[in-house]
Amino acid sequence: MILRPCLDDFKNIGYYLGKIILGLGLTMLIPVILGLTRGEINPALDFVMGIEITLILGLVLTKLCFTEKDLNWMQGMIVVSLSWLMAMILGAIPLYLSGHWKSYLDACFDAMSGFATTGLTLVQDLDHLSFAHNLWRHLIMFIGGQGIVIVALALFVKGISGAFKMYVGEARDERVLPNVIHTARFIWLVSIVYLILGTAALAVVAMLNGMRPFNAFFHGACVFMAAFDTGGFAPQSQNILYYHSLPFEVVTVIIMVLGAINFKLHYHIWMGNRKEIIKNIETVTFFITIMLTFFITAVGLNQLGTYPKAVMFFRKGFYQLISGHTGTGYMTIYAQQFINEWSHLALVGVIIAMALGGAVCSTTGAIKMLRIGIIFKALKEDLKRIILPERAIVVQKFHHIKEVFVEDKQARAALLITLAYLVLYGIGAIAGMWCGYPFLDSLFESTSAAANVGLSCGITEVNMPAVLKLTYIFQMWAGRLEFMSVFTLIGFFIAAIKGK
Amino acid sequence: MNKLKAENSKRKIKTQSLKFLVLNFGFTLFALRLTLSVVFAQSISSTELINNAKQYDGKVVVYTGEAIGELMARDKFAWLNVNDGKAAIGIWIDKNLAKEITYTGSYKSKGDWVEIVGIFQRACPEHGGDLDIHALGMRKISGGRQDIERLNLSKRNQAIVLLGVLCSIWILTRLKYK
Repeated sequence: MILRPCLDDFKNIGYYLGKIILGLGLTMLIPVILGLTRGEINPALDFVMGIEITLILGLVLTKLCFTEKDLNWMQGMIVVSLSWLMAMILGAIPLYLSGHWKSYLDACFDAMSGFATTGLTLVQDLDHLSFAHNLWRHLIMFIGGQGIVIVALALFVKGISGAFKMYVGEARDERVLPNVIHTARFIWLVSIVYLILGTAALAVVAMLNGMRPFNAFFHGACVFMAAFDTGGFAPQSQNILYYHSLPFEVVTVIIMVLGAINFKLHYHIWMGNRKEIIKNIETVTFFITIMLTFFITAVGLNQLGTYPKAVMFFRKGFYQLISGHTGTGYMTIYAQQFINEWSHLALVGVIIAMALGGAVCSTTGAIKMLRIGIIFKALKEDLKRIILPERAIVVQKFHHIKEVFVEDKQARAALLITLAYLVLYGIGAIAGMWCGYPFLDSLFESTSAAANVGLSCGITEVNMPAVLKLTYIFQMWAGRLEFMSVFTLIGFFIAAIKGK
Repeated sequence: MNKLKAENSKRKIKTQSLKFLVLNFGFTLFALRLTLSVVFAQSISSTELINNAKQYDGKVVVYTGEAIGELMARDKFAWLNVNDGKAAIGIWIDKNLAKEITYTGSYKSKGDWVEIVGIFQRACPEHGGDLDIHALGMRKISGGRQDIERLNLSKRNQAIVLLGVLCSIWILTRLKYK
């Protein structure tokens, strides 16, 4: 029997959702400040209106649903999934008001793409977008990469046990520190430190490449936020190709890889445990999968002789691959070049890389390295059981901060999530083909959306069918939250309708 | 003897006319090739260039668009990104040629509209495989301008109304709590 949700459920969800919305509203102050300092009055007004609407909604929710009760698992999950939808709707307000998005759906698409750190975009005339709006596009990636709920946990929530339920709901299955709020603050500390260092590095390179200091720092900050959070937005329409610079590309590769590493691993490296990098199952799997997918891509590119020189091969072939594998989506080629100049095999290499993703508890999407590692270890264990004598005791271990024995429960969970991702990639591909796009193009774009990557082969553009825009929005949302909180929300709606 | 002379002069005339014909044919061919290449290179859009990169690879093209972003000087050359409304393409240009650029497109300015004549590269070997154009010449078609931003009154009024609503709700919440 399904139980219909009671009033308390709605109140709890509404109250915590309201708090998160209030937090989101306050983050819009940053582009307002930048807009005013750069003399961009109308863009600043767009954000003022965005803040007002967001705060009104947040205040109404916290007032109407005021409660002192803590969240249960179901409520925590629903708060998370609804927070991301509300962030999309509210975060799109200033974007839409700028006039650079053709419809509100397009603005919502970009807002979800930003928060989910995907990087697919429907913006028009990006090269004339204001500093304030451009900063917002990248800031939402920074917020979304760390997690919208993490922002609220780190800044606005003090000592609630429900915090952990929201933390898990946001696809973070690992705590860096015993206390979840301390974990959230640590994640922000890591991100801010890297933000300062990364921005400085990119800005110096940009200045050496002939950019003016303010622009160099602005571009540095924006590109860092999108690279570290494996997002993929860039301030100019040519993406990373705009800079025409090898050093700039090298720095972005380093930042993308840092973003794809588990925050727990960052913590251990910071604490001096550097050996963990070479022992950890995630980094080992990451290295192997990069090599394998690059091999496939390289063979594919060689078939057509697309990039005959080694430097070209690195800057075009390897760059797109590592960008796809880390889930960033930064591009140094035009979207159409994927289809026109890359062989099918090379595209398959990139699709596999995108589908695999980076580490758990990082800013990447997709299946993730820990799950791939566990599945591989479980498979190895099963093969050993078949090969070795029946009386032999077979155990399989892996190293992830500490030595862990592979259990059936872990393998099952890893396989289920992997299966869910494969289904999600398939759904988008079918939707693409239904709209008339070829199979490989549809699969490429669908994997990019669902794995929160952002590489595009040209399907994502203003005139693509609305149904495909909605499909990709769903894929980005479900892919970023890793299904559980999305399934819980769907279950909640069914219970509200059919429950007794 | 006279007959031989006459035959020789006839042969000479024949050879000369043949030479003339060959030269004429060659010239016509050259002129045709020149005309074709100009036609080939006239106002090619970024979409056309990107979608048919192999076809245009290494050819002289004419590309027109707005100078955007900023001019990035690299030694004696500079990178200039030019957007024709569909996409932007990087132009590798002599710094002296680029001096003509006064405005580049951004939120606050419309960039100069320029016509670039240059060699199109699908995957430039000099620049790590970038799709770019190495400029041979540049002509400013129309100058850009600084955009003066005017306050959008409708937005301002909406913001004031929303502020009123927000303040009222905030006061109401405070009252209830007290």
